[in-house]
Amino acid sequence: MATMPILPNMPVLDLVKSFKLKTKQQELLIRVSILCLVYVLAFITRLFSVLRYESMIHEFDPYFNYRTTLYLTQNGFYDFWNWFDYESWYPLGRIVGGTLYPGLMVTAALIYRILHFLRFAVHIREVCVLTAPFFASNTTLVAYFFGKEIWDTGAGLVAAILIAICPGYISRSVAGSYDNEGVAIFALLFTFYLFVKAVNTGSLAWSLASAFGYFYMVSAWGGYVFIINLIPLYVLVLLITGRYSMRLYVAYNCMYVLGMLLAMQIRFVGFQHVQSGEHMAAMGVFFLLQVFYFLDWVKHMLSDTKLFQAFLRITVTCAVAVGAIALGLGMLSGYISPWTGRFYSLLDPTYAKDHIPIIASVSEHQPTAWSSFMFDFHILLFLFPAGLYFCFKRLSDATIFIVMYGLTSMYFAGVMVRLILVATPAVCLVSAIAVSATVKNLTVLLRSKNKGVQTGSTKGSSSSKASSKALLDQSQPFQKNGAIALLFGAFYLLSKYATHCTWVTSEAYSSPSIVLAARGAHGSRVIFDDYREAYFWLRQNTPPDAKVMSWWDYGYQITAMGNRTVIVDNNTWNNTHIATVGRAMSSYEDEAIEIMRSLDVDYVLVVFGGVTGYSSDDINKFLWMVRIGGGVFPVIKEPDYLVNGEYRVDKGAAPKMLNCLMYKLCYYRFGEMLTEYGKPPGYDRARGVEIGNKDIKLEHLEEAFTTSNWIVRIYKVKPPNNRW
Amino acid sequence: MEVPIRATGLLGFTFFSLLFFVCTSSPLHSLFISNAERRIDATSHIVKVYLTLKVENAGSTPTSEVLLAFPPTQVDHLATVEVLVTKGKRKKTTLVRLDVKPTELPDAPDGAKYFTIFLANPLNSGESTTLEVLYLFTHSLEPFPAEIGQSESQLVHYRDSALILSPYHIKQQTSFIKTPSRKVESFTRVEPTNHAGTEIKYGPYEDRPPYSFSPILIHFENNSPFPVVEELVREVEISHWGNLQVTEQYTLVHGGARHKGVFSRVDFQSRPTLSGASSLRHLLARLPPRVHSVYYRDEIGNISSSHLRTDSRKSELEIEPRYPLFGGWKATFVIGYGLPLQDFLFESSDDRRYLNFTFGCPLLETVVDKLTVKVVLPEGSKDPSAVVPFPVDQHLETKYSYLDVVGRTVVVMEKKNLVPVQNSHFQVYYTFKPIFMLAEPLMLASAFFLFFVACVAYLHIDLSIRK
Repeated sequence: MATMPILPNMPVLDLVKSFKLKTKQQELLIRVSILCLVYVLAFITRLFSVLRYESMIHEFDPYFNYRTTLYLTQNGFYDFWNWFDYESWYPLGRIVGGTLYPGLMVTAALIYRILHFLRFAVHIREVCVLTAPFFASNTTLVAYFFGKEIWDTGAGLVAAILIAICPGYISRSVAGSYDNEGVAIFALLFTFYLFVKAVNTGSLAWSLASAFGYFYMVSAWGGYVFIINLIPLYVLVLLITGRYSMRLYVAYNCMYVLGMLLAMQIRFVGFQHVQSGEHMAAMGVFFLLQVFYFLDWVKHMLSDTKLFQAFLRITVTCAVAVGAIALGLGMLSGYISPWTGRFYSLLDPTYAKDHIPIIASVSEHQPTAWSSFMFDFHILLFLFPAGLYFCFKRLSDATIFIVMYGLTSMYFAGVMVRLILVATPAVCLVSAIAVSATVKNLTVLLRSKNKGVQTGSTKGSSSSKASSKALLDQSQPFQKNGAIALLFGAFYLLSKYATHCTWVTSEAYSSPSIVLAARGAHGSRVIFDDYREAYFWLRQNTPPDAKVMSWWDYGYQITAMGNRTVIVDNNTWNNTHIATVGRAMSSYEDEAIEIMRSLDVDYVLVVFGGVTGYSSDDINKFLWMVRIGGGVFPVIKEPDYLVNGEYRVDKGAAPKMLNCLMYKLCYYRFGEMLTEYGKPPGYDRARGVEIGNKDIKLEHLEEAFTTSNWIVRIYKVKPPNNRW
Repeated sequence: MEVPIRATGLLGFTFFSLLFFVCTSSPLHSLFISNAERRIDATSHIVKVYLTLKVENAGSTPTSEVLLAFPPTQVDHLATVEVLVTKGKRKKTTLVRLDVKPTELPDAPDGAKYFTIFLANPLNSGESTTLEVLYLFTHSLEPFPAEIGQSESQLVHYRDSALILSPYHIKQQTSFIKTPSRKVESFTRVEPTNHAGTEIKYGPYEDRPPYSFSPILIHFENNSPFPVVEELVREVEISHWGNLQVTEQYTLVHGGARHKGVFSRVDFQSRPTLSGASSLRHLLARLPPRVHSVYYRDEIGNISSSHLRTDSRKSELEIEPRYPLFGGWKATFVIGYGLPLQDFLFESSDDRRYLNFTFGCPLLETVVDKLTVKVVLPEGSKDPSAVVPFPVDQHLETKYSYLDVVGRTVVVMEKKNLVPVQNSHFQVYYTFKPIFMLAEPLMLASAFFLFFVACVAYLHIDLSIRK
């Protein structure tokens, strides 16, 4: 009787035993499930904007990307490649295929095609909206493998988690932010990972893969210049520190040569790899590596060190001299172009401010404030130095790379706000090393002590280890408690990081900026959908060939949503053209009408926040128009618009300010409008003053449309008067 | 031998002439209208005409057909003709709808077009009957001036005849024209004519011969917006998992006097009654009850200005275009909603399924120039056939949606010039085997299964070359 119940249970037990995993399998299972969760988390944390607003494209540039993607899916790749766009930069037009990085559009179109092949009848807009979150998810996987490559799997997992929710990255990859960066950060990290893997293994396959990663990066974003300068710098550092190896030689040569050839296939990049000053460092290092290899071979052949020293001296001088002469000749003959303004402004933060107002006028090109570092990195900001410490403690080819990546990108992040994005993966990886190494050390301490107690109590074997631990224990009496406290501290910090990231994502980075939301008087949400109101009005109620003049910020949106030709747009390649628009906006009406007639302008669009208190409107941007216009046309002088160096729109404003076209268009009939209770009519809520010129008459323009909250105002250029 | 031949010839002739007379001339000569009253309602942009005809048969043979005549200019704008007849005695009267069909007559003067009313009971000689005729004209108020500024009010021309066009003799007739306001700029006088308040009375006129015509032109203020849907595509997608998804794509235009010159937001906001009086600010769509997941958007995204009110009998969706529509301004948008399937899908007696749905546009007071109704049947359904109460153009299409392999059959019906009165129901019959419902879930399940099998296989197979 006693055996009876056992017998049927036996197979069950076996079954349970067979299901019970070994430690290694358990670890794998946990790792894979953590990665899966992180993958999903990285995606869903970026969906705030979709849930709160709708599935829509955000900001300015993404609208161009969306428009081109739409064109690509509708007309096919070759039409896209040869597309001449008449709707932008009137009367110049734009060769779209040759002036963009097609990576993003091709990726989205490819995803769209695959989904349709699998019979998922999604709209291309949904694909575009979700491309950035999807690639953010992929980036977490790359971060895991990268972390694993430079440190261990633990660091990889932590890096994946950190990067999944890091605000610095989320700012450019929320759903709807359909911009190059969304794909490019993935490509950047992927290229770096493959290159480090290639250096670590010396495998031709990995460096080939990194060349293709580089190709994808080149096709996706102009930030590839960072790769093509960082990798040579890294190679140079390895050479100087005496870490030259055959692995490095194989990895760099293959990656550089193939990557360069592949990159030339992108029309926008073309022959820049051999012709532009920004790419010369890579070529120099390439030749240097050959010299190094040659010297290595000679050293191997020559047994006499003295002779070799002499040879070395001669060869190095010759090589440097030849390189310098070649570079000098190239520069002089104009074959190698000098560095561009953007590149200069990266190296020297004050350069743009003095020389190129159009770069300085963009808010995301401003030097970074400390607060935005704190905002975007939170605890990573002080985990980063800790991680650097760990990296220096265990120096290897891979850690040198991450250290260099981290330090250079942190410098660039300090120069320009938007480059925080490039620094984010490095910061996450280095911080992950710090977190992982700390937690690992602490847990090892805890576990080994327990083990030590156990071994001491039960077996008494393996005495040497136990005794050494015991010795350690004796030297630091509160070690266990300290470790527990530190672990809790780390846990607390990380959870704070998670809440901070979620808060930042939901509050700061998830508004589409096309639709403005504000809190109403009763705490309800008020939506200002004026931009789309105006663009849709343009689309439906103006002639299809109407030309719209506006400041360049709104160019992409007007072409994408309004489907009308614009004079200038966000692709700021022609400074003179933009300056002409700036000049028109800052001239008197009868001067401006001449400029507008010469540009065939039918409608003028201005953005005005005086009724709603929307502060990033054209009046606040106006000084940049004056500066950019004045940079090309010296008749426009900034002091004319200022009173004692002060920018004002009220009664005390400069007379030129009160009568220039922009002022007139923004404040036309605004003097009759009561905006706030208890304030005089014509009270500008964005600037908090009563406007200075309430009696505005327009002679050559007439109001064509003003949106319900006055944010966008459109004026029609009247045809010239009959002469008799 | 000659006689029979002649006789057959004669017989044939008489038969033909008899047929001819039966169809056309016999009622023409024998019928007359003893009293006609016409009320033209021109308050909105759809002109409604209520015509009460008392028809008498003075001939010797009973007839069951009565003709209505329209001038060719009006026929193009004629959206619908309905004829009702009162039945029963004094107290228990019921209205019965009669069949009306457009007819061609060979000897129509000046290209007049006809509609034939088929009486339920033939009208015997000496008898009389009263017909209630309702017909609607679209696009027949012509804005004059054709372009107005923001603060001007919209004036329109209406052209008609003071006398009712009819192939019959009319003994006595009166016409009333109702205008939306007292402001009437001018009107043609055909004595006796009387203008009082918002009504202009023409008549009574006595003893007018057939085809009497006396053109009139009325110029009056009509500040109601003229919402015209130039094109409407309604797509009704049936899912046997319990949902009916309706997507409606509108191209809306304000068909009134074109907007000229400035649009001033200050005036529009501060003086809403004076400025832009004829502008189209919002529209009301009447949707079926139990509607869910309603959306209202256009090519560039969601439009946030709409309100949905639902109760157990109907749902009302009030929508505002992104901007107020002035004359000539356009807006395109999409309205979509889901409905519970059991309210609209039924099983017929011969084991087929049929969908019973409204044909027309749910927007009130709106003219639809071109309507396309697409019924997307579930994948695997067969033998579709549509039953529509009026003539439409029909054809079939194929549509690919989520996880479709062979595609879904789409029944497409097209109709031009539609008014809200015609929101009658149509039916689409088809056969469908419920087993097809499982195809897509099974496909998904097998795809996942294969994926996991591939993963397991990958983990267990060593692909390395070196050993």
